[in-house]
Amino acid sequence: MKAPEAIQEIQPPDNTKGPRAWVKDNLFNTWYNALLTCVAFVFLFFVLKGFLTWTFTEAEWKVIPANLQLFAIGSYTRDQVWRIWTVLYILGVLIGLSAGLWGGLVYRFALALSGIWLIFALLPFELATRGWFLGAIATIALPFFIGRGRTGLRRWILAGWLLSFPVIMVVLRGFGENGVLTSNWGGLLLTLILAVVGIVVSFPLGVFLALCRQSDLPAIRWVSTTYIETVRGVPLITILFMGNVLIPIFMPGLDINQVLRMMFAITFFSGAYMAENVRGGLQAIPRGQIEAAQAVGLNYVKTTRFIVLPQALRSVIPTIVGQFIALFKDTSLVSIIGLIDLLGVAKSVIANPDWLGLQAEVYLFAAVIYFVFCYSMSYGSQEIEANLGVGLHQNL
Amino acid sequence: MAEHENAPNDPIIMCEDVHKWFDDFHVLKGITTSFQKGERAVICGPSGSGKSTFIRTLNRLEEHQRGTIIIDGIELSDDLHNINLIRQEVGMVFQQFNLFPHLTNLENITLGPIRVRKLTKSEAEEIALSLLERVDIADQAYKYPAEISGGQQQRVAIARALAMEPKIMLFDEPTSALDPEMISEVLDVMRELAHSGMTMLVVTHEMGFAREVADRVMFFDEGVVVEEATPADFFDNPQHERTKLFISQTLQH
Repeated sequence: MKAPEAIQEIQPPDNTKGPRAWVKDNLFNTWYNALLTCVAFVFLFFVLKGFLTWTFTEAEWKVIPANLQLFAIGSYTRDQVWRIWTVLYILGVLIGLSAGLWGGLVYRFALALSGIWLIFALLPFELATRGWFLGAIATIALPFFIGRGRTGLRRWILAGWLLSFPVIMVVLRGFGENGVLTSNWGGLLLTLILAVVGIVVSFPLGVFLALCRQSDLPAIRWVSTTYIETVRGVPLITILFMGNVLIPIFMPGLDINQVLRMMFAITFFSGAYMAENVRGGLQAIPRGQIEAAQAVGLNYVKTTRFIVLPQALRSVIPTIVGQFIALFKDTSLVSIIGLIDLLGVAKSVIANPDWLGLQAEVYLFAAVIYFVFCYSMSYGSQEIEANLGVGLHQNL
Repeated sequence: MAEHENAPNDPIIMCEDVHKWFDDFHVLKGITTSFQKGERAVICGPSGSGKSTFIRTLNRLEEHQRGTIIIDGIELSDDLHNINLIRQEVGMVFQQFNLFPHLTNLENITLGPIRVRKLTKSEAEEIALSLLERVDIADQAYKYPAEISGGQQQRVAIARALAMEPKIMLFDEPTSALDPEMISEVLDVMRELAHSGMTMLVVTHEMGFAREVADRVMFFDEGVVVEEATPADFFDNPQHERTKLFISQTLQH
């Protein structure tokens, strides 16, 4: 437990090495490692050479800028694009305010987003589009300066985020024939909507199911377990198909559109996995923690909220974010029922006779977009872990 | 049952024929006893004798299956409302401290006052800081439990229990998990608490503490109270063979 008091000053060993020593120790320390290193280098050289040559000399990248709008929003009605800008501006205001109020990771995110908008504003789009992008930077920057330091506003901003959810849906859809039918939602826009809805709804659903599965009441436990095990036993594609076919049969009177059906299906699926991830965290909480909370007089709800969940969720952040990333990529499966998400757009561009034979360029571009979003989530998760001191402050 | 102010000689804890089973294992075989307000009782006995289980039934961390327990005029039953009332009146200190690792020491103490007693944050912090002062670790308030020693953690745990202003304090082997050099700092705090008039039930192997502080020593074995007496009688003139054996074994080291 306790380190003995140092009796005399001992210099720590010098662990720093020159690059030459590092190479020798790590790459050529035995004859077989030296051999492996050489083979790997030759392999890497040819792969990289081929890739770079193709990227910079052979690839026809003009397919990307020519279809950029299609990748971004699919067949979203062109004269209604102001709706998307409105949504971006609403989000910009919230992100700006949050960055001012919380700083840290949110601040860096706001900065990165502003940087991306600035790059877009400098690209040779139409003048109006570039103006919209500059405006998007302003909607982040101004609220940032307004919100900075006003910690009393935090509660309101959280409420604002929650409220923004339905507001954004309504703005994107509009009303009746004058709006934009969800069947016209597409591209990255659709991918993001499906992913965000899936993540935001399946997380609380998963926590709820995990708590139910640990319940003392057999009926609740049984229902939750059945749900989780059933969903986990079925592939996502099956659930997407079933959502598409069964929801209209079960609710004949209601006209639930395809996008909404896919939201249900994805959330339904992801919630079960989320529940199992959260349950792993719940089981890691020592019995003594709950007893100590009870002894202080906290009831079940308060014990769960202040003692159990904070510790349980903290310990499963990596798995939960892994689940979010998987969900983000799984949204690409909705193209099988005819929705045109980012990957769907990629497929339709390739099928266009004007761009025949450019699969590699188009798929690579789509992959880069997916990577940017997924890596951002991964990076965010690592930062949150570091901020919360996961691994530190752990008793026992 | 209605709550009422206790007359000076009314017991604050009354147990009548308390039984408890863990599946087939009969842990408590009919405990009948009572404790006066301000009384300091030390409970000892070999492991598995039911002594920890007994004090854990007093705030319903364990459910008793037969008999009656009445704490400060409130009967312990399945009634969740009563259980929560009693838990607010009964503080508990555990062998493994059980501090909440994700909260600072100060937050560990203020959690109950804020969330259960509905004090404001500043009121609760004022109380918490004065309690940390009392257990002599005010300088550790803003650290996390993992950053302080076991003895300090146990003192935070005592302060956490006291912050609910309990009428009764239960100690479940509070020094058993501590390194030897830290035992005395925790016992000092408990001694101070005893002199302040707190009703205390202490499960412990610290016989020196029992002799010095206790009004009564109870000896548990195999789920029954074998002997209870003043410390002087208990240690110098034990009546039962099992008690004599236990004392001779305990005092050897």
